[in-house]
Order: sequence, then structure tokens, then C-alpha cells
Amino acid sequence: MIAVGERINGMFKDVKKAIRNKDKAILQDLAIRQTKEGAKYLDINTGVAVTPEEQPEVMKWMVHAVQEVCDTPLALDSQKIPVLEAGLSAVRRPAMINSCKCDEAYLDQFLPLAVQHGASLVVLTMTDKGPLQDVDGRIEAIGQICGKALEHGLEFDRIFIDPVIFPVNVDQKQPGYLMQVFQQIKVISDPPPHTIVGLSNVSQGTQERPLINRTMLVMSIAAGLDAAIMDVLDTDLMDAALCAEMLLNKQIYSESFLRAGRM
Amino acid sequence: MPVPDVKEKWGAEVVSVVIGATKAEGGTREKTITVGGAKTIPFIKYEGNTGHRPVIAMDVLDVVPPEWPSALLEALGDCVRDPVEWAKAAVGRFGADLVCLKLDGCHPDKGNRPVEEAVAAVKRVRDAVGCPLIIWGCDDETKDNELMPKVSQAVKGERCLLGCAKQDNYKTITAVCHADGHDLIALAPLDINIQKQVHILISDMEFPADRIVMFPTTGALGYGLEYAFSIQERSRLAALGGDKMMRMPVLVDAGNEAWRAKEAKAEDADAPAWGPKKERGPAWEMLTAVTLLQAGADIIRMRHPKAIATTRRVIDDLTS
Repeated sequence: MIAVGERINGMFKDVKKAIRNKDKAILQDLAIRQTKEGAKYLDINTGVAVTPEEQPEVMKWMVHAVQEVCDTPLALDSQKIPVLEAGLSAVRRPAMINSCKCDEAYLDQFLPLAVQHGASLVVLTMTDKGPLQDVDGRIEAIGQICGKALEHGLEFDRIFIDPVIFPVNVDQKQPGYLMQVFQQIKVISDPPPHTIVGLSNVSQGTQERPLINRTMLVMSIAAGLDAAIMDVLDTDLMDAALCAEMLLNKQIYSESFLRAGRM
Repeated sequence: MPVPDVKEKWGAEVVSVVIGATKAEGGTREKTITVGGAKTIPFIKYEGNTGHRPVIAMDVLDVVPPEWPSALLEALGDCVRDPVEWAKAAVGRFGADLVCLKLDGCHPDKGNRPVEEAVAAVKRVRDAVGCPLIIWGCDDETKDNELMPKVSQAVKGERCLLGCAKQDNYKTITAVCHADGHDLIALAPLDINIQKQVHILISDMEFPADRIVMFPTTGALGYGLEYAFSIQERSRLAALGGDKMMRMPVLVDAGNEAWRAKEAKAEDADAPAWGPKKERGPAWEMLTAVTLLQAGADIIRMRHPKAIATTRRVIDDLTS
């Protein structure tokens, strides 16, 4: 499973403070710790405390700070082209563009950007009109996204479809719908595009957040999810994901499989 | 409508391991050998880089082989009396790429030679041939823990491939290989889970990833070949799929295992329906080797000159 470490995000108090004070050490510590726990990408998000005008420079600064101490590829978390371009100009390794909505106009902008920079692209099943809320609507959108990706020459191995997870207490049918999407996407093409979720959203505003996140992740992996933006520093969460993968024969068991899965 | 490209694309690769060190690198080998490096499944060149050519290591014992089958001894001739002559013949007229010096003489049940004698033999072979060397203990753990550190010291700087580290006995040999700059064979008993764990334990000691060779144990034709194949295949697919703890090159022991089979060693009089022993044995060994090549084998230990020659021709064909 491709774990995208979610922690370097300006919405967290410590990161917000680090950005304000230009304190690299906080970001670097989070980068190293998340990598050690098995993150394959590090999400970098300036947060909304930074004004849109400042976001490109802050994104660049954050990328440089993290790259000083580790080689882990970065997921640039913004839907604004100037911010993404600032990040893409600074990254040393192929990045993940996180994310864009699936209106045709956005796909025509973001797909070439990904192709140009050798990057992967996260596409939400969501338009300016709002998120698609049923299974069929999402699958239809995914079909269209795949068509556009072919048109622009971005291979499916670099597309990550995010079927947009809702907080479970907003609509309890949604987790089930997502499981169906993870299964059905495999029928769309071979190989299919990747799937990804912003895991923490499922428990936004609920009690038992770690338990809900963990259970959602395991169920989703069993249904076919192969990437998640998640709290890799939550040991129980990472352990559960690695265990799920081992039980699905995606990782060879060894006595130290929980450590091996993080290497 | 264009035909879709059905080539498999793998995200990761088998590590390349260098055996041997030339003068410039601090050793005395005439050349080095690099194994591993595959970026796709064996021999499917149109899919990607199939890595370095598989190599053949001829077994050379440090003592005259006590009870080897007559078919094997007749083919080898007098050179088995002296490991130096044997090693020279191995990479000379027998056409092996390198020598696997097997220190059987030290085994408590096979002569129980003092460690010093084995080390002396190692030095003589080192001085006699310019090829890279595999040096394998006697497979008795207590003796090997005494023997291999001294062997490692004696050939320090030559970047030999030393065997073996096992799940319950890896610390000594891993430490000396690390300190003396050698490569290390990680052994598991046809158990992929233990295999992975041995690699983790070795890596925990900070042993470099590009100096480990995997030995999953070999089952000969008729004696576990399919099981060995399935384990090697699964390991290779895991390596190509990104499992960092399974991406080592693989060593196969075709010679020793095949010649244990009665089909290989029976005298003509005892098994007239099986065909002449001078073809039967080498065929048994060659088939074991060639089959396991398909599952990803980077180094093959072999014994019979004819089996070596035939296997070599197969490798030539498949890599041309």
C-alpha cells in the first residue's frame, strides 16, 4: 500500500507555527519520522493560514526544507496551479500532484502538468458542482478521467483516483459505496489506475477517530484500495494496513513483517 | 485499432552484487563478477533488462571427495586430489565462471580437519586462480563459527562470497563479512518466510543490501524441484514488485543436490533400465540447474563437467 504521510500540513498547529517562524526543524523532524514509519510520499500542504499570494513561496520553502534531510518523494497538496508549479520547480524526485477536480477543463490543465513534470496526479470524483455521491456516478466519472488520461498520454500507473470520502456521520452509506468503487475500478482497465483516499476525513467530527480510520482502511484495502493519505505516525493504523496487505498475500510474511513493511 | 502494449512493467529490481576485487580495489582477482540486476522476469528480454548473465560456480572441495559417485569422479579425474589443481581445472578446461570452495573436510563427520588446514587450503586456492571465489563452510554450525572468521580474515580484501548465515546462526558470519568486506550468503530451508526474516536480521546488523546473496536451498529433480521453483519464483516476483527484503540475487546448488539422487549416482549394473551412468548423472544435474534458471537463478553451484557445459550452452542461448 502506498502510504502518503499527511502530517506536514499547515492546518496542524506545529506546522502552522513552523511556517510562520520559518522553522525548518519542525518540518524536517516530521519528514524523517514519517519516512521511518513507512511513508512512500510526504504530503506538503501550506494550509489556509497562508494567503494565496504567499502560498507558492511557502510551498517552495517547505519543499526545500524537507528535501534537505530526506529523499522521500513529495505529494504537493494544492489545487492551485501557481502553488503546484512552485513546488514542482523545487522537487528533486517525481512528485504527486494532490489534487484536481474532474471537470474537463481542469483535466486539460492538470494532466499536461503531470506529464510535463513526470509527476503522478490525484483526481477527485468531484466537479465544481460538488462531489459525486453514488457508485455509478463515480464509476462514470472515472471512465471519463481514464479517457482524458489516455488522450493526454499519462499512464494509469500515475493516476490516483480519489472517490472522495465523506465523514461517516454525514452519510453512513458512503463508506460502502467507496468499497464498491474500489472493486469496480478494476474492471475499467488492466492495469487500472490507483485508488487513494484522504483517510482522516471519514472520522471528521466523530468519536473513536483512530478506530474508525483504522477499520475503514483495512476494509478499503480488502476491497482494493492501494493508496491512502493517512497518519503514518499512528502505529496501530500502519500496522493494521500492513497486516491487511499480508493477509491478502501482497506482502510476504516474515516474523518481522511489521518492520519489513515499513522499509 | 492499435494492439495494446501488454508488456509487464515492474516497479523495482534485483540488486546487483559484485564478487571479487581486483588489485585496484584492494584484492588480487583478475576480474570481478557481477550478479543480479534483473528488472524483469528471467530471459524475457523484450520486456526489460534481464540483468546480469547467470554464472556457474564449480564445487571444489578442500579434501579428496570421500564418497562421490563414480560417474562424477571419473569425469573429474585426478585433479580432485588437490584443490589447487581442481580449482584451476574448474575455471580452465571445465569452463566454470568461478570456484565454490566447499570446506567439507572440517565437518566433524567428514574428517574433522583442524580449521588451520582449511584456511591454508583457502590461501593456496586464492593464490592459484584469478577468478572470484565463493567459500562455503562445512555446514556444521559450531565448526563454522570457528572456521569462517579465520577464512574471512585470510581472504580479507578479496570480496569473496562467504556461506552461510542462517536464522539461528547468523551473527558471527555477518559480523566478519561486514568487517572484512565480503559478500554473504543468506540461507533458509525452503521456507520463504524464514528467508525474508534472515535478510531482515542481517540488515538489522547494518549489513549492506548490495552484498547479500539469497540461498533458498535447492531441491533436485524428483526431490523437491517444483517446490524450490515455486519459492524462487515467488521471491523473484516480490523483488520486482518492490519488496526490499527479497531483492537479492539467488544462488542454486544443483551439483550437490542432484548427485544425492539415486537416479544420478546408481551404478549401471544396479539400474540397467535407467540408461548409462555417464549420461544419467550429468542429465539429472543439468535439468535441475536449467529448470531453476527459469525461476531466477543468478549463481549455480555445479559439479559435473558435462552438466556445466550443457547448462552453459543453455544460458548462452537464452541470453543471446
